[in-house]
Amino acid sequence: MEKGRTYTLKIWRQNNSSSKGAFKTYTIENISPGSSFLEMLDILNNELEAKGEDPVHFDHDCREGICGMCSLFVNGRPHGPEEEITACQLHMRSFKDGETIVIEPWRAKAFPVIKDLVVDRSAFDRIIQAGGFISVNTGPLPDANEIPIPKQNADLAMDAAACIGCGACVAACKNASAMLFVSAKVSQLALLPQGNAERKRRALAMVDQMDQEGFGACSNTGACAAECPKGIDLTNIARLNREYLTASFAGAE
Amino acid sequence: MKIDAKIPSGSIAEKWSKHKFNLKLVNPANKRKYDIIVVGTGLAGASAAASLGELGYNVKAFCYQDSPRRAHSIAAQGGINAAKNYMNDGDSVYRLFYDTVKGGDYRAREANVYRLAEVSNNIIDQCVAQGVPFAREYGGLLSNRSFGGAQVSRTFYARGQTGQQLLLGAYSALSRMIAAGKVKMYPRTEMLDVVLVDGKARGIITRNMVTGAIESHSAHAVVLATGGYGNVFFLSTNAMGCNASAAWRAHRKGALFSNPCFTQIHPTCIPVHGDQQSKLTLMSESLRNDGRVWVPRTTELAEKVRKGVLKANDLPEEDRDYYLERIYPSFGNLVPRDVASRNAKYVCDEGRGVGETGLAVYLDFRDAIKRDGVNTIKAKYGNLFQMYEKITDDDPYKVPMMIYPAVHYTMGGLWVDYNLMTTIPGLYAAGECNFSDHGANRLGASALMQGLADGYFVIPYTIGDYLAGIGQAKVDTSHNAFKEAEAEVKKRIDTLLNVKGTKTVDQYHKELGKLMWDYCGMARNAEGLKFAKAEIQKLRQEYWQNVKLLGTNEEMNMTLEKALRVADFMELGELMVDDALMREESCGGHFREEHQTEEGEAKRDDENFAFVAAWEYKGENKPAELHKEELVFENVKLTQRSYK
Repeated sequence: MEKGRTYTLKIWRQNNSSSKGAFKTYTIENISPGSSFLEMLDILNNELEAKGEDPVHFDHDCREGICGMCSLFVNGRPHGPEEEITACQLHMRSFKDGETIVIEPWRAKAFPVIKDLVVDRSAFDRIIQAGGFISVNTGPLPDANEIPIPKQNADLAMDAAACIGCGACVAACKNASAMLFVSAKVSQLALLPQGNAERKRRALAMVDQMDQEGFGACSNTGACAAECPKGIDLTNIARLNREYLTASFAGAE
Repeated sequence: MKIDAKIPSGSIAEKWSKHKFNLKLVNPANKRKYDIIVVGTGLAGASAAASLGELGYNVKAFCYQDSPRRAHSIAAQGGINAAKNYMNDGDSVYRLFYDTVKGGDYRAREANVYRLAEVSNNIIDQCVAQGVPFAREYGGLLSNRSFGGAQVSRTFYARGQTGQQLLLGAYSALSRMIAAGKVKMYPRTEMLDVVLVDGKARGIITRNMVTGAIESHSAHAVVLATGGYGNVFFLSTNAMGCNASAAWRAHRKGALFSNPCFTQIHPTCIPVHGDQQSKLTLMSESLRNDGRVWVPRTTELAEKVRKGVLKANDLPEEDRDYYLERIYPSFGNLVPRDVASRNAKYVCDEGRGVGETGLAVYLDFRDAIKRDGVNTIKAKYGNLFQMYEKITDDDPYKVPMMIYPAVHYTMGGLWVDYNLMTTIPGLYAAGECNFSDHGANRLGASALMQGLADGYFVIPYTIGDYLAGIGQAKVDTSHNAFKEAEAEVKKRIDTLLNVKGTKTVDQYHKELGKLMWDYCGMARNAEGLKFAKAEIQKLRQEYWQNVKLLGTNEEMNMTLEKALRVADFMELGELMVDDALMREESCGGHFREEHQTEEGEAKRDDENFAFVAAWEYKGENKPAELHKEELVFENVKLTQRSYK
């Protein structure tokens, strides 16, 4: 086994949403390159607790890159330096021995900091509540194979549906726009025949809610897609724009 | 206490429809007069909350995550079973029922399992209608694959993210009901106790995880959909926040806890890499469709592989032991999980394991890639291979994966009757947090099926029957029962915060986990279990005298959250050991070394142990009392499970 590595960590500390935050510097030693980034933070927290210092709060849950809970801005990039993974899938082998690592929360007006690296992303939930669903009740429904769906469309819908709602797109965007997130859901449902009945209302309502939440405008720089841990494609935004325009001209049904 | 499973009479195929007709109904106009609490927003919780909201009830839903979309159902990879028989390969409701009872090593309740198989087809219809993008064939119809323990292809999937897609489907239904005002959602809120009034569940006590506020919520009924307790073992494939506290608190208030020792050790996880590890990652069982499991033929060869003198790919065919294919020719690499896990343990115990620690076996795609081409394998498992490479830094297209069993699922849970009601009237348990459908071993792709069956198609029917019988009167949260429960919760929190000891919560959790894994893991024996019990008791005593917590209750305090959960894990861990000690047989995931056949297979004792163990809490430091629900098998013949 390779010997442990040492890192300097500059971490954003903030007591609660109303207090002012600041960076604090820590040194951590003897970290195995096979450790995950969050395990490194666990170790730091164990050391802090042992010393009687308040541990660094950060959101995390599944630790396998699917729940979307982890939300760390590492060295200036959402989820850190590697492509198409979340912070919880990041490993210390991606950082050189002795490196300084800067860790911040997502920065966006619509994602207020709750504590340290924890932010409030409930705006995303409210956008989904505005229309990110197909209105069917639980109950007897037509057989699942009644409507054949071309594999190509099903695959594209799945590509869009892979969004984990982590908010990296917002954190990456200089305008803190949520277009990639909204477009992923709108695309998934617009690509499927089941979603057709409500597609106009959906596009208008979700975009409206997005604006109300205080997310910025999209200026097509593509930072969102570049940093998305699930590789959600920029063409989804084009599709959303088309859906939105069509719905605006036609008026919601 | 006498337990009554309330299994309806009649033939197995007509029990559920007959029962549905016999259940009392709540008039549509009256449903809005009833409040229902749903705790947990995974597949079972989100589907139940959404469906109950659609029916017209007032629902309050709770989750500890920042959003209901993040519950750990989201991490399920492989798929969901249903008896559609789209593949025309001989599947049927009866076969799914039969496979599930057999797969569970004959420790599940027949009537529940049959109902599960019966509603499985509705689930697929429901999910497709919601826009779940299941995998499809070029003709546009749904695609299926095979999973362990079955000889038909009945598993529906959405790449390697089936749990995510099903959960997002349920979450979208839930979101729709939140927007409609029928469900009030409380994220970042943890349930810390259940409140009983006149012996009935009438509400819960919660802690707001942002402000620390302790709050009371009242309702006519409470549904727990709080998942399993795999995190008792510290290292598991569960999410970091998964915990048993809601179920355990309910147990302490009178809900019996069933078969706690039935835990599932999943055979295909990424091996442990060192003592800094906090979490294990599962590789979907679907990989066993094409991957071949093997270890070097001899200990000498394995030793060379471990030292890096030999590489896996250097080993010629005759030096590889494809042990599952060798021992179980008819099921091969697709034997059920318990069998696959145990055999991995055996070969590693023999010294034939690979990897740095010797605690790993190979899962090799070389032959599948040769047969189908790299693109086909990539299309099927691309994201799993990518995930593996990110974690291990090995490319599974070129070298075999290394896997080892890890704690994954808990078949045990709160005892429920046919209506999914616990022994506390008005308290329901759905999904992994109940014990009902998987017996001693769950088959792959059946957890998603059960979670959604309970939430979409069972609870919405059965809860009405109960509500119709108790009347519309509400209990106010100013009631003494709420005040007392709140005070108790606050006292518990204060006690923990004021211990001000020297060891962190995580250290205790790790020690508990190691005891559980070593003595109540893949193989158990009486001596080890007795030792573990004594050690857990010691650890628990020490915990309350020496645990170190920082901060206060009145803020976001993740150490406090964890400290409360670990305290409950310790009590539950002891009950798991008690249960494992009591069950003098081997079945499914419960393997007692004293009870095995000459070939090392699990040896059941149907004469003495064909029952569900249901434990009653008798008070602090008092032994739990065992109740037995005898299992009657009228349809499935009990045989030794054979996958040879």
